[in-house]
Amino acid sequence: MRHRLLVKMPFWLTYVFLYAPVVVLVAMSFSAGRSPYAFEGFSLRWYGELAGDDEILHGLVNTLIVAAGSAALSTVLGTLLAVGAGHDRRSRLLDAVTLLPAVVPDLLLAIGLLVFYAAVQLTLGLHSVLLAHTVFGTAFVAALVRTRLAHTDPSLEEASRDLGATPLTTFVRITLPSLVPGVAAGALLAFTLSVDEFVIAFFTAAPTEPTLPVVVYSMVRFGVTPEINALATLLLAVSFTAVVAAQRLTRTTTRGAPEAIG
Amino acid sequence: MKRWPLTGPGLTYLTVFMVIPLGLVLSYAFLRRGRFGGVVDEPTTENFTRLADPLYADVVLHSTWIAALTTVLALLIGYPTAYVIAGLPRRRQTIALIAVVLPFWTSFLIRVYAWIVLLSGPGWLNKALRAIGLGPVDVLYTDAAVVTGLLYAYLPLMILPLYASLVRLDPQLREAAANLGAGPWTSFRTVTLPLTVPGILTGCLFVFVPSFGNFVIPELLGGGRSVLVGNLIRDQFLKARDWPFGSALALALLAVLMVLLLAQAWAARRYATR
Amino acid sequence: MIEIKGVSHRFGRTRALDDVSLDIGEGEFCALLGPSGCGKTTLLRILAGFETPDVGAVTLDREDLLSVPPHRRPVNLMFQSFALFPHMSVERNVAYGLERERLPRAAIRERVDAVLATVGLTAYARRKPHELSGGQRQRVALARAIVKRPRLLLLDEPLSALDKQVRAEMQLELKRLQHEVGITFLVVTHDQEEAMSLADRIAVMNAGRIEQTDAPVTLYERPRTTFVAGFVGANNLFPGPNGITAVRPERIRIRNRIGGGKGGNDNDGTVEGEGERLTGTVVDVSFHGGTSHLAVRVPGLDRPVLIAVQGPSRVTSGEQVSLSWPPDAAVHIPASIPASTPVSTPASPIEGEEP
Repeated sequence: MRHRLLVKMPFWLTYVFLYAPVVVLVAMSFSAGRSPYAFEGFSLRWYGELAGDDEILHGLVNTLIVAAGSAALSTVLGTLLAVGAGHDRRSRLLDAVTLLPAVVPDLLLAIGLLVFYAAVQLTLGLHSVLLAHTVFGTAFVAALVRTRLAHTDPSLEEASRDLGATPLTTFVRITLPSLVPGVAAGALLAFTLSVDEFVIAFFTAAPTEPTLPVVVYSMVRFGVTPEINALATLLLAVSFTAVVAAQRLTRTTTRGAPEAIG
Repeated sequence: MKRWPLTGPGLTYLTVFMVIPLGLVLSYAFLRRGRFGGVVDEPTTENFTRLADPLYADVVLHSTWIAALTTVLALLIGYPTAYVIAGLPRRRQTIALIAVVLPFWTSFLIRVYAWIVLLSGPGWLNKALRAIGLGPVDVLYTDAAVVTGLLYAYLPLMILPLYASLVRLDPQLREAAANLGAGPWTSFRTVTLPLTVPGILTGCLFVFVPSFGNFVIPELLGGGRSVLVGNLIRDQFLKARDWPFGSALALALLAVLMVLLLAQAWAARRYATR
Repeated sequence: MIEIKGVSHRFGRTRALDDVSLDIGEGEFCALLGPSGCGKTTLLRILAGFETPDVGAVTLDREDLLSVPPHRRPVNLMFQSFALFPHMSVERNVAYGLERERLPRAAIRERVDAVLATVGLTAYARRKPHELSGGQRQRVALARAIVKRPRLLLLDEPLSALDKQVRAEMQLELKRLQHEVGITFLVVTHDQEEAMSLADRIAVMNAGRIEQTDAPVTLYERPRTTFVAGFVGANNLFPGPNGITAVRPERIRIRNRIGGGKGGNDNDGTVEGEGERLTGTVVDVSFHGGTSHLAVRVPGLDRPVLIAVQGPSRVTSGEQVSLSWPPDAAVHIPASIPASTPVSTPASPIEGEEP
């Protein structure tokens, strides 16, 4: 039908728009030449150069340290925050605190932290980025765990108490297990956001300890280099695998639930 | 269960590393700059009078215009896309959504870099245009390139809330509209569109906010020719070392966003159905 | 007025409607009655235009209806979920259909006011749907449909969303309205009480087919198929050599075998006119206020025989009893009617039919 095709046109154009750059990057990462505008024969040359690029490797290691550290710290702080607020959905303070990092532009938080570190005379390094990333990490973990908490049935805890469990036992045996998916999702999100975070890292990292996005930024600023194509392809492969794995995982855990008939 | 041992550490952390830093920016805006960066404890409002200088006011206006244009385009592209996705069978909805978000999970900077490769003079856009017999266009380092980059970076943030509000819509409401004599377009205009206003508002906010304060995309795709408020703030802190003026600029940016946030909350309440 | 001729429809491999034909006359209050998944909702959606049948014809005043798009049909539907527009007030909901007809503003105003008065919602005109009770929402849905003065009004399970008290009230209201506005009503329901109390004529559907179309009393007293006998009024079915005998629970007499004591229905103790006699064991007795229901297991029958007696039962669980009924209580259903025995019709092909 002509009408339906017309309606679907923007849909397909959107995907062309979203994937054209990706396709170009991936294809060019296998080109032997230096020019990003012409494919000059298949080669894995840029992957080799990428693996031998000390700057990028240094950035990658730094990023992983920052992401792992801030994700761990965020998970602890965020989960405690969410559980402390409990089923109380009207915790205004907590709402404000967990919403703020999502609403305040990253640039503002970045300059705020720069000014703050200067005021307390903290030397910039990797730790300064890690502490900064923990701010939004904590907020996102708390938000996700709170959502999870809001969806758990409070009568489960009441049932546990009714059956003779102490508040602590109830928390450990009933509440905590039901929060695990929320905590895991929060930790993963905090890690991912930290890995890709540029603006705050740009302001708070020591020039000698750049994270990967900061390294990429300086490379891109000084012209196009095919190494970035290879890096893009690898990142895409990692996130694609992660998404597919997460899909599989959620599917196996929800298997058995009747799927709605269309 | 006592709350403070649980909420205490998190609240303290966020106070120290978020509330105090933002407070510092606020207070610095009212101080004089130090000779070698930093601030001097002399209260002043001159940072704000400087804001009124057409040179800087234009930058704020221009940033608003670029961010607004990006938001409108994202809505125009995102709404039909989300509409089609919401109408797909359940399984394909998930795949379509993942496909929207997937490019988002590569590095932000790499996504911007991709557009340099595509838009530059000898780039792939002009190759494609030549293939269909159209002349070369010089897009890179113009506002058009900046808007394209912003659109590419934040389009998923528009599509997701739109999809969420569209998929929540009871399909029987559309049937009811048809049953009462509304053709497809009227049914869309009178039922679907008003009921998805909250999703539209959220999506617009999600796109506008990061576009407005952005300095990476204007720098890489606008080539410095297109100075936006984000670039100006960064330069005050990292190049000019004029922290008080940078802080004042940041507050101006925040003020614009707050106005929008309030407008959004007001509109969302007006269109709330329950 | 409305003629449905040989309509069949499939969803993938499932057969939702199988050669359905039905005529509905002007001003009639007709009901489609059947268990969920019997195809009644599909038929309703075909009449409203949301579904197009694979085969068959539907005409309105002898003119083809199927080629008319949903929004141009003089057929309005009261949705089971009401489907009120949540962002519009009651009066805007009701005015919606008239606005689509591009009527002048004053005329719309007048008709909306009139219909709101009819359903007793004048005071709620400016409320939003979420500020109304279930019964009030239903009235809005009804007002919204009848204000268009359709030729045919479809009602999808009109009482199912209401609680018991509001139901009875609404039942009367619907009948009154139908008289008042003189529109042809077609109600779809799985609830036989709802169908019986509302409709002049009921079409009983099962597995995509219409089993019997008759007035409520006829349907109740003279079921023509085993399905109708079983579904309408929970008849007891006794297989015989050339068909099945259906007996209503309240027509069965019960007697205690051992002591000769009398059961509920056998007040005078006479046995004259008794047709058949069965013996069995009482397995369950339940008291429902005015009546008691007994279940008696009879050797050779798959299901227990159900008996309804007035007042409390005088026999108890475990007792041996004998059952009998007068000949005029037995309705004979010949075995030759195909596709009507519930046991021979697989339940699976009709699953998932409800949208």
